Amino acid sequence: MGKVIVVTSGKGGVGKTTSSAALGAALAQRGEKVVVVDFDVGLRNLDLVMGAERRVVYDLVNVIQGEAKLTQALIRDKRLETLFLLPASQTRDKDALTPEGVELVMAELKRVFDWVICDSPAGIERGATLAMRHADMAVVVTNPEVSSVRDSDRIIGLLDSKTLKAERGERMEKHLLLTRYDPNRAERGDMLKVEDVLEILSIPLIGIIPESMDVLRASNIGAPVTLADARSAPAMAYFDAARRLAGEVLPITIPGEKRGLFGKIFGRRAA
Amino acid sequence: MTKVLTDARSIRIKGRSFLAVVLSPDLPFDDWLARLDDLASRSAGFFLGRPVVLDVTDLPIDRAQLKDLVGELAKRNVTIMGVEGARPSILGPGMPPALKGGRPVSDDAVAKEPIIELHNAPAKPVVESRPAPQSIIIREPVRSGQSVIFPEGDVTVIGSVASGAEIIAGGSIHIYGTLRGRAMAGSVGNAAARIFCRKLEAELLAIDGIYKMAEDMAPDLRGRSVQLWLEGESIMAEKLI
Ligand SMILES: Nc1ncnc2c1ncn2[C@@H]1O[C@H](COP(=O)(O)OP(=O)(O)OP(=O)(O)O)[C@@H](O)[C@H]1O
Ligand SMILES: [Mg+2]
Repeated sequence: MGKVIVVTSGKGGVGKTTSSAALGAALAQRGEKVVVVDFDVGLRNLDLVMGAERRVVYDLVNVIQGEAKLTQALIRDKRLETLFLLPASQTRDKDALTPEGVELVMAELKRVFDWVICDSPAGIERGATLAMRHADMAVVVTNPEVSSVRDSDRIIGLLDSKTLKAERGERMEKHLLLTRYDPNRAERGDMLKVEDVLEILSIPLIGIIPESMDVLRASNIGAPVTLADARSAPAMAYFDAARRLAGEVLPITIPGEKRGLFGKIFGRRAA
Repeated sequence: MTKVLTDARSIRIKGRSFLAVVLSPDLPFDDWLARLDDLASRSAGFFLGRPVVLDVTDLPIDRAQLKDLVGELAKRNVTIMGVEGARPSILGPGMPPALKGGRPVSDDAVAKEPIIELHNAPAKPVVESRPAPQSIIIREPVRSGQSVIFPEGDVTVIGSVASGAEIIAGGSIHIYGTLRGRAMAGSVGNAAARIFCRKLEAELLAIDGIYKMAEDMAPDLRGRSVQLWLEGESIMAEKLI
């Protein structure tokens, strides 16, 4: 049985789609079978970031409504044969996602893939709650600023109450992915400090992704940053995050800081 | 204990009845309902599991109008646990009970009007015969958007209370972490209740209905370990070492 990961944030534009694609491609490069599912019905994006926009025929909504088989809707990546995309519909409305339909699709994906990565839409409405519903673990994407942190806190509350895992009384594994971290702004004190974000959210950190032009360049050529430029700083941070997701324990360094002063933060209590 | 997800904006603290959300409609009701719908659409779970009191003080309405309004609210899944400020003549069978300050009006005040509860009214948050003091312990952080409502007694949180979260306790509140959201102690009328926290960054503090907003708090208390209590009508605060 594969693991279902939801990539979620509450706030929009913080890097969920970028991270879903980058983590998916990083895990697939380890030889594991990965599907990235776009839950952002009506505002699909993942196909662009993964360079598959011209290959979308059927989508998640078609599968849920019985108009296409899952195998017809899945798109295999041209560069990585273990990486797949299940696109969202651009034309339908969010209400086309039914809880029963999503449940069936997730059950089937879990049987076939090692990792099912669900790219959640922003917000706390239906699309976001359906994306998290079947997750085994969550990647909470947060930018180091107050509104993003507060929205992430809210999402963590939903992960602990609105998911199947929570309803069964089990503990949802939650990981913090701090993205768009700008060492220069951190230096000037224009951003929340990593320690402060961790103190507020109190969930374990799986990575800090620096703000970088490499991310924009990758999305312009339609490739996850971990495929487009594996040696770039954001790609390396995503590779490490993927290894931590897979259970490895690695020290975390703050971009722009040479000292590995992270022992005390990484050793923090998990929530 | 009820731990429900609600939007903190929904709370309007009114006098000593803040255990429930108090809605004060104005005329014409159509306009008011439109605004309510707008607010509800912007805030998921606005009234979820939350007792709602309808305050109709000074509104020149008759029984039929009130009945319509209660019906309109029921359509929106808002269950009214009581009506405040209504003339006894417009209440009665088939209507929510009369309330005063979040507590039922004593029986003789409406002696001739039998009080009938809505059959699907939420569990009564009003403590009538108070049992032995109780307390609950929350062993995890209280997240933004969550409410811990425990009218029966004390609430202890091992962890922080986030900005946009709230703790409402009939007794005292103890936070072993940072209090960034709201804490309301003594919420069913207990002036002896206190609030303790390891680090004060609160948005709002209230004891027995008397409240203080963030900007009313002495700046030197921020970030400190603090206890708060009530003396007469004012909230007193003191650093704990
Ligand atoms: N580390 C980064 N450095 C620079 N730009 C980034 C980084 N991460 C994301 N971006 C940019 O930020 C924008 C938003 O990213 P993305 O679409 O991944 O966010 P999202 O959370 O999925 O947004 P939405 O809520 O709209 O779905 C994009 O233009 C993306 O290229
Ligand atoms: Mg997105």
